[in-house]
Amino acid sequence: MSDFYREVILDHYKNPRGHGAMEAPDAQAEGLNPLCGDEVTISVALADDGETIDEVKFEGRGCAISQAATSMLTEIVKGRSATEVATLPKEELLEEIGIPLTPIRLKCALLGLGVLKVALHRAKGTPLPAEWAGLASELEIS
Amino acid sequence: MAVTSPAKLDAKKLRADFPIFEQEINGKPLAYLDSAVSTHKPRQVLDKLRDFYETSYANVHRGVYTLSERSTAEYEGARQKIAQYVNAASPREIVFVRGATEALNLVAYAWGLVNLEPGDLVVVTELEHHSNFVPWQYMAKRTGAELRMIELDEHGELDLSALDEIGSEGKVKVVANNLVSNALGTVNPIEKLSAWAHEQGAIMVVDGAQAAPHKAVDVQALGCDFFAFSAHKMCGPTSVGALWGRLDLLEAMEPFHLGGHMIRKVTFEETTWGEVPAKYEAGTQPIAEAVGFGAAVDYVNGIGLESIEAHEHELTAYALERLADVPDIKLYGPPADRRAGIVSFNLGDIHPHDVAQVLDLEGVAIRAGHHCCQPLMQKLGVAATNRASFYLYTLPEEIDRLVDGLHKARKVFS
Repeated sequence: MSDFYREVILDHYKNPRGHGAMEAPDAQAEGLNPLCGDEVTISVALADDGETIDEVKFEGRGCAISQAATSMLTEIVKGRSATEVATLPKEELLEEIGIPLTPIRLKCALLGLGVLKVALHRAKGTPLPAEWAGLASELEIS
Repeated sequence: MAVTSPAKLDAKKLRADFPIFEQEINGKPLAYLDSAVSTHKPRQVLDKLRDFYETSYANVHRGVYTLSERSTAEYEGARQKIAQYVNAASPREIVFVRGATEALNLVAYAWGLVNLEPGDLVVVTELEHHSNFVPWQYMAKRTGAELRMIELDEHGELDLSALDEIGSEGKVKVVANNLVSNALGTVNPIEKLSAWAHEQGAIMVVDGAQAAPHKAVDVQALGCDFFAFSAHKMCGPTSVGALWGRLDLLEAMEPFHLGGHMIRKVTFEETTWGEVPAKYEAGTQPIAEAVGFGAAVDYVNGIGLESIEAHEHELTAYALERLADVPDIKLYGPPADRRAGIVSFNLGDIHPHDVAQVLDLEGVAIRAGHHCCQPLMQKLGVAATNRASFYLYTLPEEIDRLVDGLHKARKVFS
């Protein structure tokens, strides 16, 4: 087996971090990749400052890449500021995933980040950056 | 009458005709198990394309010069081969199109849009590829006609018991079905459906994309009115296909694409249409591709459709038997004796993308997705399936490699 399903990806897939629902989240969104049926819902709780990401939870089902990437994402963003994460470059997540992805699998990998960005921008009342709008529409994120 | 079994096909020997198999994928020999989506091309077809461009190419039906005549003769010769291939009554009943999708759109626009009226019924099946589903759903919406569905039973075969009920609900104008399902491999009872459609006064539109490459097709015996197929699924080039239609219908219908070549006379006031099939072939056609399509027909005929069908049947029976032993596998579709060389399955909770990715690392190419059959996936209650599909160059050991890969996938994701 090549390095595609790296140990760390399989670990996040089999033991997802931050898996679960959240009561009364400060920000929430969901997405569905109609091509393969990957689904992700992300909920965010902000700290009292209304800015620091206190907790991130996700629920979902789908391929290993979509689910592991979302699990990794919850670790990356916890404790950071919502504004910073709303503009987080996708490269930061992709470096963490660390495997070459074809355009089709890239969408699987970015589903969770797209959902999180939509959730945060909506909560803060800021517009979703143009580079994400296309993906958000394609992945039925709302 | 003596029953003779077809000559046994030697897939190993035939593979030498296909340059694509000379390479390795991820360090392994290529096991290409995705021929339902498109097939690879033999040298005979590739050589024909090059030879045609190098010696005979010009636009067709245009010039009075030698080269144009030569090109036209090749193009029309291909039409003749394709007509014989499906036992059309005349080459005029063959319209060159971009592929089966365009053929079905041609019928939906040139027949459906003109003839459908509010309240008419358009009958499709739960098994259709989007290409024979979306055009009818759309035309029904545009014309006020209603879409009705022939449902599937638990084997993935059409349940015809509701036909009488459908027929009693209104005037059936169109019945659309594939001869072979691209998602499940089901072979559908087109003769029965054609007879029923005609009893209702409807036309029978057959998507033959998954059938024509794999088994002998006789459009007259099927009793249908239209039959659509693509060259690229039968060793031919992309961007060309054929619509067979009954001549009286093709003559009565409105045109589809408008422009050069399809006219009889154009004045400032009005235009009259040319003869069939020119009436449906506006603009410069995929000329070399059509000639390549003819070469593909020659290639497939040279092997023999009965031999191809028997070979694929053996592979399918073997695949279903071997796959049934893989733990947690869920197989979709009918038993081997009632299906073509297409096998759809899911492996426990492992997403098809992950299954296909693990297999790719082993050099095994299969399809993972909804196969352009989202309504069918909805019916099966899944987002996607894995699909392995076979052709004349498929080897039994490639099915062994598929099975080995599935065991590997289970190990990775367990």
